[in-house]
Amino acid sequence: MANKPMLPELMKTHGVSRRAFMKYCASLASVMALSPAMVPRIAEALENAKRPSVIWLSFQECTGCTESITRSHAPTIEDLIFNAVSLDYHHTLQAASGHAAEAAREQAMKENYGNYVLIVDGSIPLDNPGYSCIAGISNLDMLKETAAGAAAIVAVGTCAAYGGIPHANPNPTGAVAVSEIIKDKPIINVPGCPPIPVVMTGVLAHFLTFGIPELDELGRPKAFFGESIHDRCYRRPFYDKGKFAESFDDEGARGGWCLYKLGCKGPTTKSACATVKWNNGVSFPIEAGHPCLGCTEPDFWDGGGFYKPLSVPAGDYRKMGLAAVAGGAAVGVASALLSKAGKAKAAKAHETVDAHDLEK
Amino acid sequence: MNDVMSFVATGNASPLLHEIRHALAQLIKDGSENIIDLGAIPFAPGDDRILEEILGTGEVHAVLSLQGESHVRETSIPGVWRVDHLDEAGQQQSRFIEITFMPDILKTQREDAERGLETLAERLGTLDDNR
Repeated sequence: MANKPMLPELMKTHGVSRRAFMKYCASLASVMALSPAMVPRIAEALENAKRPSVIWLSFQECTGCTESITRSHAPTIEDLIFNAVSLDYHHTLQAASGHAAEAAREQAMKENYGNYVLIVDGSIPLDNPGYSCIAGISNLDMLKETAAGAAAIVAVGTCAAYGGIPHANPNPTGAVAVSEIIKDKPIINVPGCPPIPVVMTGVLAHFLTFGIPELDELGRPKAFFGESIHDRCYRRPFYDKGKFAESFDDEGARGGWCLYKLGCKGPTTKSACATVKWNNGVSFPIEAGHPCLGCTEPDFWDGGGFYKPLSVPAGDYRKMGLAAVAGGAAVGVASALLSKAGKAKAAKAHETVDAHDLEK
Repeated sequence: MNDVMSFVATGNASPLLHEIRHALAQLIKDGSENIIDLGAIPFAPGDDRILEEILGTGEVHAVLSLQGESHVRETSIPGVWRVDHLDEAGQQQSRFIEITFMPDILKTQREDAERGLETLAERLGTLDDNR
């Protein structure tokens, strides 16, 4: 429960030395993108902070954000952060179900009213409350009720931050972001599909130690979303020299050349992928040879094609008339057949598949 | 593939090494220490290779068992240390270059020494009781 001993006490109980705590603080400073000179202040803040109650609500989502934050080898910084909070309600992780689960949420709200942290993943449908309910309560009502007593809200994942994939055209459920409903609470957006685990925990750690971090115009913590992936990408020098990979896994791609022509959205995407990386710092999509999809930006799904270079106008294809679609259907069937034949031929001949093939 | 990647570099190794040179000069001049977080800099495998080649391996390599290993290595440039923190699965947590006469993490922490004093007193008490 909340307001129990904070991290150092927990460490002492488990026989963890002060030296290990300092190691933890050093790694935490790195995760929070703070200067190593801040380590003593982080240690002091953790020693004095109270253990907050956290309520995690999941709405229209795929559970990818929870998967991301929990898919790591134990014990890691993520685990330690979770030891430092009291996670009082989380559909996927809690043992209780049904009425008992809802009772846990209500109890946590009552005991910590005005002080708990509300984490939300998933978007909220406004067209019809029946599209997404929990224990007979619509997402909209549950969000409003729980947000009322929260000290702050953390919207994790692109769905909670901007509506995400449920919000993508034609947005059948009328999905919206948390910030479009709640206007009177501080909201920290941590977008990504999913967000990097240590970015999520780093934001929580910042909230625990120094309060709400500095945010950009889209409500994202500047420490993690202050710079574009492009600016921090190890392939950037090749972009500056005009050296571009022409197809996936060609010689240029293997040699670190820029993936811009293969549709990389790095130049317009702000995220810490290029520095924090994924899977405990092993790699990130561009390092694995795939262009950035731009998943930390609003409406990334409707950007006009993942494999089209940014220089190709996306066009407002969404507003094309039905007649045009119908007219194009016949042509489409023919070209699809041709495309299929072309792909089969390529597969037979082991041709390299490039971005244009993927757009066919 | 790894061979190819080991030559992919951002060009950040060189300015970083100059930063280290300035910090080392400062350490000698007035004793002020400096820590560089390698996780905050875009680095490709080629940059790591350059860093490793220029800094080299020095006389000290300490392995700390702290919720996973930490490797504290003095480079062949005395006063420049590599500090790598791993978790219990051996995955990297964070990595730093410290420009210092002695990295703090190697020193006994006061709180640990206080607990050590209590532990030693307890053990001596047990020893006396058994006599």
